[in-house]
Amino acid sequence: MSSVLYDTPGPKAKTRNWVYTGAFLVVLALVLWWALSLMAEKNQLDADKWSPFVTDSQVWTTYLLPGLGETLKAGLIAMVIALPLGALLGIARLSDHAWIRVPVGTVVEFFRAIPVLMLMFFSSALYVMLGTVSSDLRPLYAVVTGLVLYNASVIAEIVRAGILTLPRGQTDAAKAIGMRKGQIMTYVLVPQAVTAMLPALVSQLVVILKDTALGGAALGFADLMSMNRQISANYSNTIATMVVIALIYIAVNFALTTFASWLEGRLRKSQKGTGAVVAGDVAEVDAGGAAGVGEAP
Amino acid sequence: MFDFLNSGQYDVLGAFWVTVQLTLYSAVGSLIWGTMLAGMRVSPVPLMRTFGTAYVNTVRNTPLTLLILGCSLGLNQTLGISLGGGTFKETGFRLAVLGLIAYTGTFVCEAIRSGINTVPVGQAEAARALGLSFFQVLTLIVLPQAFRAVIAPLANVLIALTKNTTVAATIGVAEAALLMKEMLENESDAIFAVFAVFALGFVVLTLPTGLLLGWVAKRVAVKR
Repeated sequence: MSSVLYDTPGPKAKTRNWVYTGAFLVVLALVLWWALSLMAEKNQLDADKWSPFVTDSQVWTTYLLPGLGETLKAGLIAMVIALPLGALLGIARLSDHAWIRVPVGTVVEFFRAIPVLMLMFFSSALYVMLGTVSSDLRPLYAVVTGLVLYNASVIAEIVRAGILTLPRGQTDAAKAIGMRKGQIMTYVLVPQAVTAMLPALVSQLVVILKDTALGGAALGFADLMSMNRQISANYSNTIATMVVIALIYIAVNFALTTFASWLEGRLRKSQKGTGAVVAGDVAEVDAGGAAGVGEAP
Repeated sequence: MFDFLNSGQYDVLGAFWVTVQLTLYSAVGSLIWGTMLAGMRVSPVPLMRTFGTAYVNTVRNTPLTLLILGCSLGLNQTLGISLGGGTFKETGFRLAVLGLIAYTGTFVCEAIRSGINTVPVGQAEAARALGLSFFQVLTLIVLPQAFRAVIAPLANVLIALTKNTTVAATIGVAEAALLMKEMLENESDAIFAVFAVFALGFVVLTLPTGLLLGWVAKRVAVKR
């Protein structure tokens, strides 16, 4: 193992690394031991708190799986509505006409600046006021509305970045063969931008799925997150339930994240396209940059 | 329409002050924790690298809501950890900061790692040629240059963090979102006005952060 940051370890450095490994292991073990002994003290390690997840299939069929279903449902509905809306806003923001570009830009920046939880609270209150949605469907509507408002504006930025990342020559060539503005957008830029944005869109789906948990915790939406209350009420195993729910979220999201970075790598290497790609985490962290010092060995 | 602001019933500024405090404490904490994680992820010790990668991949894929609820229901109510907070209010605040640091640290770590990638290889090679150790290369040569390159991404993380503090409402910390929920229920005839007030509050908090740090990022960027 070597990297630009350190020399290939010689005998002395190897010993030192072993010492560090040992010390780090001791620290980790101490933390783990402290946590476990605290849990044992409060009877959280008892077998009957953890066994329901293995022995009692009802925990899965009545709580966890329907909860996961609701989470995925809300996430997918939000994505399906936010995608065309976001694409429209993103393209409108690139318009040549200031009277389209400026208002759309304001709307996008406004909804990007507001926490999604507040948008959910507001949509919920709005549906109460309108009185058109039955009260058992209201949490789902509020969650989806909040997610759509926020994510449409984030997707608008992804779409804009996707179109702007294409080489200038694409527009120039299209202009040279006499295409109109609308034709350039629909036949040349958008189809290429869609491939470039795919990784970012998959990552955004992860963000949406994580945000649905807000509905479960604050709006009474019957998603995976809210099941923690129901299961721990029946089996009084708060920590075990939390851990299992976390593992389900992590499994789903990790699969999506891995898929996104695989897609990104594939698109970057692809010989067919222009090689333009919007990095997966454009929404939350604007990562990127050339290969340098910290590149994984 | 906005008369609920004068009724004296709601402390809007106080709620936003709690939001600001949550943001500041979590920002400092996650900057430290994120830098440590980034250091671990590029370190020569394999176990630290594994731990850093595993931590980032796990926590980044967990909903923040779950982390903060876990701090409250798991750490506090089940295991009795109160982080030295005496009252319910104090404890809730500290637990929320803990959850936010654990979550935001992963994003800081990834931002710094991408910043380390922007430092030319020659810098670290020259430092090693002078006989500096890994720790010296990292703290004296690479990180100072990396930090200057990641101000803009870190500003995005800070803005996301400001918005994420609202999640603390789910464990009853009296910040802006919780007050907004209460006001939406009480002032049901003026929900647009209530929404406008809180939306404005967040625009006021996040917009200057972005502009100021964007300006700083341009000023301190290493010209290459």
